[in-house]
Amino acid sequence: MSEPILSGHRLKKHFPVRGGFFGRAAGTLRAVDGVDLEVMPGETLGIVGESGCGKSTLGRVALGLLPPTSGEVRFEGRDINRMGRSARKTLRGDMQIVFQDPVGSLDPRMTVRQTVTEGLLIHDVSSRREREQRVVEMLGRVGLDSTCLDRYPHEFSGGQRQRIGIARALVLRPRFLVADEPVSALDVSVQSQVLNLLVELKNEMRLTYLFIAHNLAVVGYISDRVAVMYLGTVVEQAPSALLYERPLHPYTMALLSAVPQAHASGRRKPIVLQGDVPSPVDPPSGCRFRTRCPIAQQVCADVEPPLVEHAPGHLAACHFPGESMPNAAVRAIG
Amino acid sequence: MTSPLLRVANLRTWFHVGARTAKAVDGVSFGIAEGRTLGLIGESGCGKSVTALSVMGLIDSPGRLEEGSSIEYAGRQLVGMPEREIRTIRGSEIGMIFQEPMSSLNPVYTVGAQIAEAFRAHRDVSRGEARTRAIEMLRLVGIANPEKRVDSFPHEMSGGMRQRVMIASALACEPKLLIADEPTTALDVTIQAQIIALIDELRERLNMAVLLITHDLGVVGQVADEVAVMYAGRIVETGSVDDLFENPQHPYTEALLASIPRIGMSRDRPLKVVGGTVPSPFAWPPACRFADRCEYAFDRCHREEPGLFQVGTQRSACWLCEGGTREASHRMVEPTVRTSP
Ligand SMILES: Nc1ncnc2c1ncn2[C@@H]1O[C@H](COP(=O)(O)OP(=O)(O)O)[C@@H](O)[C@H]1O
Ligand SMILES: Nc1ncnc2c1ncn2[C@@H]1O[C@H](COP(=O)(O)OP(=O)(O)O)[C@@H](O)[C@H]1O
Ligand code: SF4
Ligand SMILES: [Mg+2]
Ligand SMILES: [Mg+2]
Repeated sequence: MSEPILSGHRLKKHFPVRGGFFGRAAGTLRAVDGVDLEVMPGETLGIVGESGCGKSTLGRVALGLLPPTSGEVRFEGRDINRMGRSARKTLRGDMQIVFQDPVGSLDPRMTVRQTVTEGLLIHDVSSRREREQRVVEMLGRVGLDSTCLDRYPHEFSGGQRQRIGIARALVLRPRFLVADEPVSALDVSVQSQVLNLLVELKNEMRLTYLFIAHNLAVVGYISDRVAVMYLGTVVEQAPSALLYERPLHPYTMALLSAVPQAHASGRRKPIVLQGDVPSPVDPPSGCRFRTRCPIAQQVCADVEPPLVEHAPGHLAACHFPGESMPNAAVRAIG
Repeated sequence: MTSPLLRVANLRTWFHVGARTAKAVDGVSFGIAEGRTLGLIGESGCGKSVTALSVMGLIDSPGRLEEGSSIEYAGRQLVGMPEREIRTIRGSEIGMIFQEPMSSLNPVYTVGAQIAEAFRAHRDVSRGEARTRAIEMLRLVGIANPEKRVDSFPHEMSGGMRQRVMIASALACEPKLLIADEPTTALDVTIQAQIIALIDELRERLNMAVLLITHDLGVVGQVADEVAVMYAGRIVETGSVDDLFENPQHPYTEALLASIPRIGMSRDRPLKVVGGTVPSPFAWPPACRFADRCEYAFDRCHREEPGLFQVGTQRSACWLCEGGTREASHRMVEPTVRTSP
């Protein structure tokens, strides 16, 4: 068995919450609250969950863009937060990120050429000719021709901007890419183009992905394994097919039931969870999902369920894994 | 079949910008009966919102409903009706909710005041009665502690709660027709499921007709009875949700369905890609508007515009459907997955 390219152990990222008079610390926001992470070389690990559950924070911590409050992140065995300057710089070239917002993540005053070249300059790719060559080649790979070079972001559609963002991230030939909701803002037909592109590039460039999204069908499609997050923790993790076939955690079941099922035979009765996601400043005792869980019992409030391996590679944090939903939660619609 | 509550026929809503004309909605017809939900789907820019705004009588200059457009609501013609009369229908008999509740709620008034206002605009009631009604509506849409929440401001609520308030306000007068334009697009998956379930429950209770506009095929699959697929200002296919999803007749519908990843699919099979982009409403292609992006297109498609052909229970505006059912070559292989619950 090979070594993980990226691993995180008991990762936490807490943010101080200021409030009241004089901006005193009023509490702690537990954005990521004890997550173990292991990504194998060449693998795509998907992270799925609703907004605010800590996906982006986890992605940033994994890249070393945010230092963890506790726990450590290792890239090829080395703690990325204890590296010297030059090692860190090399690391920046090895690990890259693509963001959700194809508008906000590109500098409107920079041409495509400048945007994609920037990383090469920072990493001292020496000759001007070589830089030019690599930029043109990379743009070609993401499906943009050289007539785009001297144009500005606003001249492009959302899908094309996302391609520019991907070219910028991949021009340094990284080995590890965090894709943070790269298709969430795109129309379905454009979304499929970008997803196909990410799959092709992964195969061609032998990349490893941490793929973040809130749509379970999208994450499952592209990922080998999927981790489901809720309020800063991983509640279930499994190979994609297994997660679909045998979800163990009630939250996963609810997410699955809400996923696009365009075909009549595949459509499911949605499981409707009550209420909103609680605040990460003051998460519920015991199981964090219990306030919305249709099958919660007293033990769920008293004891935090650990993330336990139920089948090879299939982990869930629930006192009643795999239990079926009561009818009241399953809304008969249509 | 009973006559539909809303019947839209040959709706053409054009925007006259300088010397140019954007034919945003260009010959749209559909009907919705009481108690039924019609899902209107299509990519952004194809004219869904303009259709909704047209029905609500909310099209302003430079937009105009062109000659021959007809919107019949409960037997009354809305096109050409004086604004004063339309206003008594809008908000009272026809309710509307939008994608972004924050921009449609006024930040400086309490949510109770806004629901009460929506009610008082159409009913001759006292402030006290309107407030009682607001509390009742908040309870109806599932907001806990409505007696307290009635005095909250929009910013004190979550996105899901604000959308509930919007629904409460749209339904305060018990409209017979609800137009929901991307009501869940800005919301999280589990909150989206709540809102869709709520709309459907209220439809049943009030026997409302619902026009549900969304680009989310999953949402349509869950609640719609019929679906209309829009492309480039026209409806290119209609049918019952089951038939249309099972055996799409128009190549655009087929492509839309095949481009979304579905549970059970893996990346070994590339997603379907529709090449090119939606054309501009200032210059729709002269014949079939989808021809340039259609993998089945043949010469006639570039020469003549197809009408809506009846194929089984569906109607499809594609030349390939002229002689009856088209067997879609890219029928999805059904993933065989066992799922709980
Ligand atoms: N820099 C920050 N300071 C304070 N709170 C933050 C910061 N970044 C994220 N958060 C909070 O952490 C939680 C998780 O955020 P995020 O990781 O962005 O979630 P997701 O990507 O799943 O939507 C949220 O409650 C968010 O408001
Ligand atoms: N006030 C306006 N002036 C000019 N064009 C408009 C106006 N409103 C909408 N349009 C155009 O009409 C077309 C359809 O828009 P819309 O109905 O909002 O699409 P959808 O809701 O399907 O995304 C778009 O091309 C849009 O640019
Ligand atoms: S531990 Fe209890 S509350 Fe948490 S998901 Fe399982 S059953 Fe529900
Ligand atoms: Mg995020
Ligand atoms: Mg719209």
